[in-house]
Amino acid sequence: MQNISFYIDGRLCTADKGLNLIEAAKRNGIFIPTLCHFKHLNPLGSCRVCSVNLNGNGIAGCTVFVEEGMNIEVNTPELLDNRKAILEMMFVEGNHFCPSCEKSGDCQMQNLGYETGIRYTRFPHLFVDRLVDARPERIVVNQNRCIKCKRCIEEIVTNDGYKVFNFTNKGKKTTVSIDYEQEAKLTAAQAEYAMQICPTGSILVKGKTFSKPFGNRIFDQGAEGKTVPFNKVNMNITKGRKMRIATTSLAGCFGCHMSLLDIDLGILDIIEVVEFHKSPLTDIKKFTERCDIGLVEGGCCNTDNIEVLREFRKNCDVLVSVGECAIWGGVPAIRNTIPLEECLREAYLDSLTSEGNATVIPNHEDIPKILNKVYSNHEVVKIDYHIPGCPPNANHIWSVVKNILFEEEYSINYPEFKYD
Amino acid sequence: MQRTDLLNRLWEFQNKFGFISDIAVAEIAQELKVSKIEIEGVISFYHFFHRQPTGKYIIYLNNSIVSEFKGFQEVKAAFEFETGCTFGKYGQSQLFSLFETSCIGLSDQECTALINFYPVTHLSTDKVRTIVNQLKIGISPNIIANNVASLVQHIPPQNKSVFFKNYSIGNSLKNLKNKSPQFILDELKKVELAGKGGAFFPTAQKWEISKNATNAEKVVICNADEGEPGTFKDKTIIENLPGLIIEGMILAAYVTGATTGFIYLRAEYKYLQSKLENAIIDFYQHNLLGVNCCEIKHFNFDLQLQIGAGAYVCGAETALIESLEGYRGEPRLRVQYPTENGYLGSSTIVNNVETFAKASRIIEFGSDYILSIGTEKSKGTKIICISGDVAKPGIYEIEWGTTLRELLRLSQATAPYFIQSSGPSGDCLNESDFDRKICKEDLLCGGSLMIFNRTRSILQILENYIKFFLDESCGSCTSCRVGNQILLAKIEKLKKGICTTQDLNEIIEWGTIMKKTSRCGLGQFSSNTFIQSISKFENYFNVIVTSCTDNCNVEFDMENAVFDYDQLIKKT
Repeated sequence: MQNISFYIDGRLCTADKGLNLIEAAKRNGIFIPTLCHFKHLNPLGSCRVCSVNLNGNGIAGCTVFVEEGMNIEVNTPELLDNRKAILEMMFVEGNHFCPSCEKSGDCQMQNLGYETGIRYTRFPHLFVDRLVDARPERIVVNQNRCIKCKRCIEEIVTNDGYKVFNFTNKGKKTTVSIDYEQEAKLTAAQAEYAMQICPTGSILVKGKTFSKPFGNRIFDQGAEGKTVPFNKVNMNITKGRKMRIATTSLAGCFGCHMSLLDIDLGILDIIEVVEFHKSPLTDIKKFTERCDIGLVEGGCCNTDNIEVLREFRKNCDVLVSVGECAIWGGVPAIRNTIPLEECLREAYLDSLTSEGNATVIPNHEDIPKILNKVYSNHEVVKIDYHIPGCPPNANHIWSVVKNILFEEEYSINYPEFKYD
Repeated sequence: MQRTDLLNRLWEFQNKFGFISDIAVAEIAQELKVSKIEIEGVISFYHFFHRQPTGKYIIYLNNSIVSEFKGFQEVKAAFEFETGCTFGKYGQSQLFSLFETSCIGLSDQECTALINFYPVTHLSTDKVRTIVNQLKIGISPNIIANNVASLVQHIPPQNKSVFFKNYSIGNSLKNLKNKSPQFILDELKKVELAGKGGAFFPTAQKWEISKNATNAEKVVICNADEGEPGTFKDKTIIENLPGLIIEGMILAAYVTGATTGFIYLRAEYKYLQSKLENAIIDFYQHNLLGVNCCEIKHFNFDLQLQIGAGAYVCGAETALIESLEGYRGEPRLRVQYPTENGYLGSSTIVNNVETFAKASRIIEFGSDYILSIGTEKSKGTKIICISGDVAKPGIYEIEWGTTLRELLRLSQATAPYFIQSSGPSGDCLNESDFDRKICKEDLLCGGSLMIFNRTRSILQILENYIKFFLDESCGSCTSCRVGNQILLAKIEKLKKGICTTQDLNEIIEWGTIMKKTSRCGLGQFSSNTFIQSISKFENYFNVIVTSCTDNCNVEFDMENAVFDYDQLIKKT
């Protein structure tokens, strides 16, 4: 093999001629994220996360084979943003409920979300109803999580050389479908391999899930972030009074509020510099003063949520969505893939405990109306910051608050930045 | 059975039984020794293949934008009313099945539909009633079918025309044995013949690469998968001058040394199949195809026809090759060009219908003649098909360098406002472009102009385009598959009237990301018109969005959000 030199972001690199760029970059200490590229597999070029510029033109990095003198850009601001955008597209196309996913913490797509710092998606979630297929012999395929990377299509074959997975349909209906007959011929090891190579939690082996406890999962590891304790914050920024915080929980579970309190004794430092105004913690019901920051947990599932959220926007300088539900609907948004009528019928009219014609769907002028779907807060009002997590780590929440109120610098690292 | 026969085999089942049954899938999978899901994958890629029984008459109604403006909704309702069936549903009738389909290449005669692949045009509610009644009493679709030949509305004067001139078989192949392949390449180079499918890649260069390729096999493919909505120029060439195409292919084979040729004809043009087949037979009889053809020893070239099965993306050359090989028509990665590694590993030339036709005219008339026509960089003439709000839709052969205004005048456009050049993945033009010349130096046009007047809704046009792309994307890459769906979400938001200028900026940003990161031309260009229209039709968008600078409020459509709940409470 001939040794050649090429440039990545202006840096001189060397590699064997014709080596795949992803590998060549890795050998030169440069990480190009990918989701479909996998060891020996021919370039698939389907996920597009590895998009780079080759001599100025956009191309998927995994489809480039290095040649002498190539000029490759990997980490320009534009490319970093494009990469993030593609991951965001994957998040909005499927229904990725990390907190309820067996693969969470071991998921390559989720990890790239952390790597690229996705706090919320710029795109609207599509909420398409997708199949969870338990018909196969050894595996369960959850189409909500499939990103159509093609790894399983190319890699999983029976001992007789028959494909188990293949694309069906095209366009927005494209699906990775299973050949049940061939799947039944997979060995236990082959099925487990399929689960391993799936970059998300789409392919699961029956009875093999939740194999690792929290904290021991692949992407739980890493250095702690840097935070400044509240009694050390830069008080010069204060406005000559305590900073005012308002909080609320919309369509959420109060878990984020519980997490907020997880700072334990630190709360004593906090009340030295801030005061809580309208909040479930103080039980103040109405805004009487303007607040510096509003922390909103939960998304909008009914008209009351919308009103409260608008009230918060009106009365807070800075508004923060706290937790997955606030950011994109979260667990309540599981209903978004099902028409409202079906949901309410199932809950109130056709449920096991409802006797024929004896029940109604709750409605009264005093109770809020249910919206056609659960909306993220930034679809309803302008949101200034997003803190992901289900719930977000206490340190994470307070670090962001300190940063906003007192301009304290901080860094959030694993294991504090999480979607689950 | 070979994998390459798969498409034909599937057509056999489809034609014979009206659908492809589980038994058929199992049988084919067994013959090919692949898993059933692979066959399933191919079938579901093409929308003319069905997995459930269909009626005796399958009606495909064109839903392109020109059709929408000429009464698509009424015609669709009429079909549903008269047949008692619903579009897109199976098993409602023994007699009829109704489906929508994207542009079928009859934009000059909208509304149009295919009935068992026989075309009917100028549909109205009355005409639909007549047709359905005729079908009900057993009159066969080939009798009901209309003559769909497009009117050739304009030809340059005799000394300036190239395509629409007298044709007799073999003119460009005369004396071929005394002409060297290099001579032919030089002639094409002189006039700078460029691919007329829309990419304008230099034809001579493509042929030369294949000529010099060391692959054992070489193949010439004619791309007659004219799927770009609003385009029907290739259809006209096939109708009027099929021989020119074949001669062009023979020239290409002579240059490169190819022994096999394919014409990949889109299924929507199935009614032209016999025309091409007869032409091919004619060429064999004149000894212009086959063994030692064109009186040249050891020049063997065989030509066959392949019918597609309904997939726009197969118009991309590598997708077309995949389809010919019997796979899903997903474009290949640009790791190697078809001239290096094409059909079954051969060195393959894929050219558009018009390119082959023009190549044979260049050799027939000589480069000097072609050089005397056109502009400095675009030589000869171009076939343009015009549809939409014009009095004279149809085919225009124009000298390169003709202005758009001249074309609008010739076609008698009424109050032209929004003009789509080269189809939805091309460019949109406004009044400021009217004096631009159609040529390489100024405005490159792939061959189609759709003209919309002031009364047409731009949002409706854009929505139609995006819906087309999100159905026709091959689905392989994230940016194209998802990108078109999120752009559609923006259009829906625009329609509700709750967008701000911020949304317009986002459309441009998102579209640009798609352009930069998509795998093939479909995704790279699908957002093109949307992005362009925002600046080209600023006034239009200014009216439908609220302007805002940095700190803009988000609008929320509460009424729409509670509509479902209110309806349900009323109902229960």
